[in-house]
Amino acid sequence: MHSPQPNPDSRASDNWPSELYRILKAADVRQMSYVPDAGHSQLIRLFSSDPDVTTNVLTTEEEGIAIAAGAWLGGQRSVVLMQSSGVGNCINMLSLSAIGRFPLLMLVTMRGEWAEFNPWQVPMSRATQPSLEAIGLKVMRGETAEDLVETVESAAALAYEADQQVAVLIGQRLIGKKKW
Amino acid sequence: MSMQAQLDRRAAVAVLLRDRKDTLVVSGLGSPTYDLHSVGDHDGNFYLWGAMGGAALIGLGLAQAQPSKRVLALTGDGEQLMGIGGLATIGVARPRNLDIVVIDNQHFGETGMQASHTGRGVDLTAIAAACGFAAIGTVRTLEEVGRLATQIAQPVDGPRLFVIKVLAENPPRSLPSRDAVFIKNRFRAHLGFAAA
Repeated sequence: MHSPQPNPDSRASDNWPSELYRILKAADVRQMSYVPDAGHSQLIRLFSSDPDVTTNVLTTEEEGIAIAAGAWLGGQRSVVLMQSSGVGNCINMLSLSAIGRFPLLMLVTMRGEWAEFNPWQVPMSRATQPSLEAIGLKVMRGETAEDLVETVESAAALAYEADQQVAVLIGQRLIGKKKW
Repeated sequence: MSMQAQLDRRAAVAVLLRDRKDTLVVSGLGSPTYDLHSVGDHDGNFYLWGAMGGAALIGLGLAQAQPSKRVLALTGDGEQLMGIGGLATIGVARPRNLDIVVIDNQHFGETGMQASHTGRGVDLTAIAAACGFAAIGTVRTLEEVGRLATQIAQPVDGPRLFVIKVLAENPPRSLPSRDAVFIKNRFRAHLGFAAA
């Protein structure tokens, strides 16, 4: 099994996706599913080229919630990557994680909250945290690279060790402005 | 196909699972969950009472985690229609140990027997074929279900989806536990995993 070591030469501020990959590998994540987001592209590449992790591209984000529950039934840990617009697609399926107390870790890149060009991203952005909390998830946020890395490490422990359902929101300010 | 199905769903599921060996089964909400329970509770069963559209995808995550075990997602037409995009995801993932069996009464049986899409020309097996499934089929008699049970015990190099056309009726309910934490922990213990 891969055990990536931290690279002392790269600071978290410019390389947080590889830091998240290192943390998730250290947490023994074996399945990753995603609907793509530009902010997740490096993490998607890292997992997709890892022979020890099964990667699923999804047609809608709720599929990843179900896959994560199935993975846990079979003894594996799973992480789900999506952008904030995808959170709305997940809500009813999150009943499964909540009522079954399945470990769940979602990493959500935020759109519609910082230097956003596309107004259609704004309503679901506004609804992301309240709707996740309404269905019973714990919501954490990372606004800086250092903060995000520490937050995901903590969230992984909560999810996989304490059977919690956790979403980590990755601030749009951290991801940077989309170029048009 | 407009011919009226005559097959009894409970009889079909009993034949399908009569020699299940160590197959792991995930059932979709509503009648498939009652059908699965009616043929005998089992530690290798995970019964859904909600999460509509999730049965086959829970099956996918499980199949990927347990590649040496056969996994069966036993669901209904309405449940699989809600998770129809998942057939594309499963086709791409191409698990070698996942079968989806749709107990198709062409109706939403739990909510008053409203007609579903599958009685109006929508063919789940054709959709699965277009998603790259390794095998598909539709069966209508107990003899065919018996042959299907034999077929799904054989190895294959990708996912399979089969439809069993059944009579639209609600047999007496056979209710498994609705405590998902209990069912989850029992299932995991069956595979040798400790509760947290």
